[in-house]
Amino acid sequence: MIRNTPFHPRTSEANQTGLWSHWAGYLSAEKYRMSDKFEYWAIRNAAGVIDTSPLFKYRIRGRDAEKYLSGLLTRDIRKCRPGQAQYTVWCNDDGWVLEDGVILRLSDDEFLLTTARANMAYFSDQAEGLSVEIEDQSARIGALAVQGPYAREVLSQIAPEMTDIGFFHVTPAKIGDASVVISRTGYTGDLGYEVWVDADDAVDVWDRLFEVAAPYGVIPAGQIALLVTRVEAGLILIDVDFKSARYAWNDDQRATPLELGMGWMIRDLETDDRNFIGRRAIEREIAEGTSRWRTVGVMADWQDWNRVYMERGLVPPKDHTPSHGESMLYDEEDRQVGWTPSFLYSPIMQRHIGIARVEPECARPGTDLQLEVTIDHKYEMVAAEVTRLPFYNPPHKTA
Amino acid sequence: MPTRNDYDAIVIGGGHNGLINGAYLAKAGLRTLILERRHIVGGAAITEELYPGFQFTTFSYALSLLRTEIIHELELPKHGFMPLAMPSTFAPTDDGDYLFLGKDKNENLHEIARHSPHDADAYLAYGHMMSQVVHAIKPLMDSIPPDITSKDPEERARMAAIGQYLADLPPRVLHDMVRLLTGSAADILEHYFETDIMQGWLASSGIIGSKVGPRSQGSGLVLLYHSFGEYDGSYGTWAFHKGGNGGFTQVLARAAEAFGAEIRLESPVEKVLTRNGRATGVALEDGTEFSAPVVVSALDPRRTFMQLVEPRQLPADLVEDIRRYKFQGVSSKVNFALDANPKYPGLEGADHLRGFLNVGPSLDYLEQAFDDAKYGRFSGRPYIDGCIQSNIDPDMAPPGKAVMSCFVQYTPYELRDGDWDTVRDDLGDTVQKRLDEIFPGFSDLVLHREVVTPLDIERTVGLSEGNIFAGEFLAPQMFFFRPAPGWNQYRTPIEGYYQCGSGTHPGGCVMGSPGRFASWQILGDLKKQKG
Repeated sequence: MIRNTPFHPRTSEANQTGLWSHWAGYLSAEKYRMSDKFEYWAIRNAAGVIDTSPLFKYRIRGRDAEKYLSGLLTRDIRKCRPGQAQYTVWCNDDGWVLEDGVILRLSDDEFLLTTARANMAYFSDQAEGLSVEIEDQSARIGALAVQGPYAREVLSQIAPEMTDIGFFHVTPAKIGDASVVISRTGYTGDLGYEVWVDADDAVDVWDRLFEVAAPYGVIPAGQIALLVTRVEAGLILIDVDFKSARYAWNDDQRATPLELGMGWMIRDLETDDRNFIGRRAIEREIAEGTSRWRTVGVMADWQDWNRVYMERGLVPPKDHTPSHGESMLYDEEDRQVGWTPSFLYSPIMQRHIGIARVEPECARPGTDLQLEVTIDHKYEMVAAEVTRLPFYNPPHKTA
Repeated sequence: MPTRNDYDAIVIGGGHNGLINGAYLAKAGLRTLILERRHIVGGAAITEELYPGFQFTTFSYALSLLRTEIIHELELPKHGFMPLAMPSTFAPTDDGDYLFLGKDKNENLHEIARHSPHDADAYLAYGHMMSQVVHAIKPLMDSIPPDITSKDPEERARMAAIGQYLADLPPRVLHDMVRLLTGSAADILEHYFETDIMQGWLASSGIIGSKVGPRSQGSGLVLLYHSFGEYDGSYGTWAFHKGGNGGFTQVLARAAEAFGAEIRLESPVEKVLTRNGRATGVALEDGTEFSAPVVVSALDPRRTFMQLVEPRQLPADLVEDIRRYKFQGVSSKVNFALDANPKYPGLEGADHLRGFLNVGPSLDYLEQAFDDAKYGRFSGRPYIDGCIQSNIDPDMAPPGKAVMSCFVQYTPYELRDGDWDTVRDDLGDTVQKRLDEIFPGFSDLVLHREVVTPLDIERTVGLSEGNIFAGEFLAPQMFFFRPAPGWNQYRTPIEGYYQCGSGTHPGGCVMGSPGRFASWQILGDLKKQKG
């Protein structure tokens, strides 16, 4: 049976469209009111409030918690001090990515790791012999992402503790009577925070937030708006941009951190003495240069995009709705060199953009590619260019 | 050696077209100076804090017709271009009901069907017809029209190509196009719709900025023109730029400066300097002179030809054409700072106030509003195109407050009795009274009111007779004939002197094409000269 998040009493009131998707077994609003694009612009111009409670949350604590995570996670958790957070991945022994997630370090020996998929068995298996306790608190903790330029101004009115926290920092706070954790994290590439709250306090937190936030034009935002912003922010999505190696059938479905654009996480391997899972394979991959892919941005040439549609007598579409298909990418010799599974029209870039996987030799920004599109049941090629990620990276994100 | 006051090109007027033109010229490598008379760029596309915390779009108030090529070519997203979505349209009827449309096609069908099942799918058919006509006419709007007076074989060939293009269109689309270009908005809308509210709401696009009623021949052209806009791939859809159109022109100014253009404020130009029939620069009112072989006027045709240069330097035919070119502004703005969103009886929340508020419930209402203007009076019951912009961009007003722009028609520039300085507040009261009828208690919310008459538009922005398009959208003033036959390609009889304002093809509505096309002509001519 489909479940409701702790905010459901409020999200169900707010959602006037009746459009819900199923996210990890929970009802999740696709959009709340008349226009998902309006919700998108709220995120970019005011703030949007997104119920991200369906994420899995694992509380990891104990004397060996840091040691445990040092071996489990690809990125060095020791560099994440109490009060900080990290975006991280974890791999299998062959150096294939199992998943990505954000980990909050609440104290020396207590962490909260959020994941998109269930990981209890896997995490527990890796904990054998260590003094560490792993608890699945997914249903216990509600998560509310407050994302957009006004996020700080509105949140600080109900939780002053968070006013000065830096990008990827965490603080405990009180909202009304509720003890919450607020992290400066998110999936939109904007100034943004996530409020982690006990399920019993969720509705109260929602009410207090909107009491101050509504006059600022802050509104609930649904999945559609969120998924537009995440592509603009160049943030990958499991089962769209990559698949967990845990459930893959062959290596075509697997990817390494380097192939997914996570090379920066393991830049310091020379001075990093951890023996984390997948390290040897990753070192081999680096040494032998065997990465098959790079993750890059692609941006369609606007004139060529217009041309292919105008030539067919059509209005060139500019649809921001995320379409999670596969649009193939070709080089100048018509050789398929990659694909983009996350392609859409960015309202703020005013361009068609996608997160793409391309062969390393085609990954240099500025490389000319051809993007395959389907128009009236026929394939057409549109000129596209490789770009850096993220597409959208406003100064206020980290300021 | 060039001195500090020597430029490759000088643009007179820092409105959107002047900025766009200057940006393109600077992008092409010309040392470009943009001269603006006022303390702020933007012309009629400005945003001002007239009451603490409240941003007023004094004149122009939304964005749609801006050509997307300009967004890309001038790299506007880099400089903060943010076209915010306007998700609703709200049109009160005279009996307390309303038409409230959103972004869901099928929800809209039901809402229209509430008034008339017939008009529901008729709206889809009408939308498809309009989009097809717009799509067909787009290549003509998005290029420089041929010179109809020219014997040059190239121009003749371009004329013939247009004929061929039109002949190749589906006959139905061509016929619909002609109906729109020559007929009245009412003719079209009465064919499609049976309800007053649908007719009235849609007809409003056929009168905006123009001294025509919905039943006047020519209102079809205005209707078509306003459908020519495009927002993220959707014809006829409007957006609200962050910070209003003043926010937009600030983006343009940053783009122009990034390409190297220099913008000089508070620099009113007295005249264009000429020597031996060619432009050599400009003189400001304070006597400062700037020299450049290219001078571009972004002002309207009357100012371009009758004020900045001596009309006697020009061919008599052109002077005659400019003299009879019609401005006859009929539009005003009444803008409000409000203590809160106004309440429409029976509706809660603000969803219905996140787009245009259309006060023009029937063709008769609009036509009667026009009747007043015909006899030199402002409308007793005016047409209002309102928008509570703070519901779209919260930065427009302090939290919880509201700022409301009201475009008002008809308010003829030439009043039969009295003058605008005397009756300005009467107009404000008339509009406020009308809003009180729609939103009971509206007046209690008013913190500040700004009334902008056609005379104010002329005085402040410089648009002759307050015409918001720098000249009427009448067939004899469009395409080949904008602003005058033989002078529709941005050049003037004075070598090196060009025009790039909305009085040139394709026209106004913050489209930007005049500025862009003029830059093509200028750069092309310079290339030829270098040979």
